[in-house]
Amino acid sequence: MADVNRGNRPLSPHLSIYRPQLTSMTSILTRITGNAMLIAALLIVWWFLAAATSEAYFAIVNGFLTSWFGDTVMGLSVLGLWYHTLAGIRHLIWDNGYALDIPTAERLGWACLIGSVVLTVITIAAV
Amino acid sequence: MAYLTDRKRAMGLGSAKTGTAHFWAMKVSAVALLILIPLFVFTFGSALGGTYEEILAYYGRPFPAIIAVLTLGVGFKHFNDGVQVLIEDYVHGTAQKVAIILMTCLSYGAAAVGIFAIAKLAL
Repeated sequence: MADVNRGNRPLSPHLSIYRPQLTSMTSILTRITGNAMLIAALLIVWWFLAAATSEAYFAIVNGFLTSWFGDTVMGLSVLGLWYHTLAGIRHLIWDNGYALDIPTAERLGWACLIGSVVLTVITIAAV
Repeated sequence: MAYLTDRKRAMGLGSAKTGTAHFWAMKVSAVALLILIPLFVFTFGSALGGTYEEILAYYGRPFPAIIAVLTLGVGFKHFNDGVQVLIEDYVHGTAQKVAIILMTCLSYGAAAVGIFAIAKLAL
């Protein structure tokens, strides 16, 4: 608005005011996992490109991806992927107006955290 | 112009009649990925660690190749929409526009490289 003081208004209470809560922590974790998976996605693209290029190039990239460092990145990314997937399902439920009360939201938060660990263990055991 | 209030300037123009396109795009790609991600994790996961010949044979099959192409295409679109919101929340001004453009180029570029490589493996 033209006649509103833009520069010096008090802000609503934010991160520095609220103590950490399960709902806020599971929310920011959704964003962190979603964006951090870029690293794994680019590594996978690189791996496909190497496989499509030559056997020698594939050996280099595949060696990197299956090294302890590659295994660590992929393992953490699987954990992040399952967490983001479960948190995404929670968002799809919320978007339809369900489960928005705090006790249910917190239960679903725990379901995302525990479920992602369980799914990661299953994935690592299966592949 | 300087004497007009923002309200006066906006009056009579009606609503933008848009604004949910980004939200809806994220929902559509999210549901698609709900199907694609488990399929990709278990196809790519079982291929990873194989020899060069095994990988060529595995991604010469239609099902794993189509799943991988769809996952990279839809996944990078979903990532691009998501990272745009991340940038809009934390970066402002010209840096915001530059960051969104760079991440969009990276997303579509990586998707194109991945899809090209899988097509080359499969065909």
